[in-house]
Amino acid sequence: MRPVIPYVTAALLFGLGVYGVLRRRNAVLVLMAVELMLNAVNLILVTADTTARAVLPHGGQVFALFVIVLAAAEIGVGLAIVLQLYRMRASVAVDEIPLAERHAGEAGGDAGEPVSATTSGGASRAAGVEPEGLR
Amino acid sequence: MTGVDVLLLALGAVAVGSAALVVGTRHLVRAGLYLVVCLGAVAGMYLVLAAELVAWVQVLIYVGAVVVLLLFAVMLTRAPIGASDDLDRPGWPAALIGGGAGLGLAALLVDAYRWTTVELPEAGNAERIGEQVFSSWVLPFEVLSVLLLSALVGAIVLSRPDIGAPRPKTTDAARPEAADGPADRAGDDAAGDRGRSR
Repeated sequence: MRPVIPYVTAALLFGLGVYGVLRRRNAVLVLMAVELMLNAVNLILVTADTTARAVLPHGGQVFALFVIVLAAAEIGVGLAIVLQLYRMRASVAVDEIPLAERHAGEAGGDAGEPVSATTSGGASRAAGVEPEGLR
Repeated sequence: MTGVDVLLLALGAVAVGSAALVVGTRHLVRAGLYLVVCLGAVAGMYLVLAAELVAWVQVLIYVGAVVVLLLFAVMLTRAPIGASDDLDRPGWPAALIGGGAGLGLAALLVDAYRWTTVELPEAGNAERIGEQVFSSWVLPFEVLSVLLLSALVGAIVLSRPDIGAPRPKTTDAARPEAADGPADRAGDDAAGDRGRSR
């Protein structure tokens, strides 16, 4: 068995996953590309388990199983986030999400705390919320 | 080139080709189905590499659960059935970084392993994997179960906004829900934190 074949396959899968994460706009497709990257890592782990001698036997396969479980947890939370995003904005395009919040000029737009300077409505509601938190 | 090499080469070609289709196709549903082909080919490579348990867990969890969840998400976000033109961003930086990462890693691994051969261990070792998981790796295993529980709770909390952050009762009726989008909730959460810290 030539170990270079699965290693190169895993490297190419990882590169395709990176390309997909950076290229795609749809959040579900971004998650699919993340799955490709996780599979590349799993393939590296299993191949290393087969080809290399370790102190603990089968550590690579155990790690691959752990990564599969982590991927399942990641996809559950990720899809919950995507569905919540779709419910709020009716779109799952990741480049339309405003990462830097809108700075309303009159609402005290301090750059250190960007979430506090959302809209004027949000700021006034925040002022209304604060005594509630004190009780 | 033995039979194992030819099998690995064929499965790797199928995996890489279908992965290229996953990141390149313009049909959302077809991307999910190509992902099934890719994950199945990787599971076949696990079988050839004498990792039988990992292969079947891959088929069960990835092909059985993850892809089904992804297809659910595709349908719940009202994806169009045909080809859609707005799936991609202009992608020269993506091609540069992805190609650089993939080809760089491939060059590194080719340089490390050249064309050496390795004896395959005997297959069918689920019992030994189980011994390892429950002896050497039992603490990560338990931590992983806690992580799964927290992911479960987190997904439930995320998908139900009524059990999220505690809302003040007096201003609830006057508040226009979902009018401001995510900035609305983020502002509320930050305000709540500041209120508690004072």
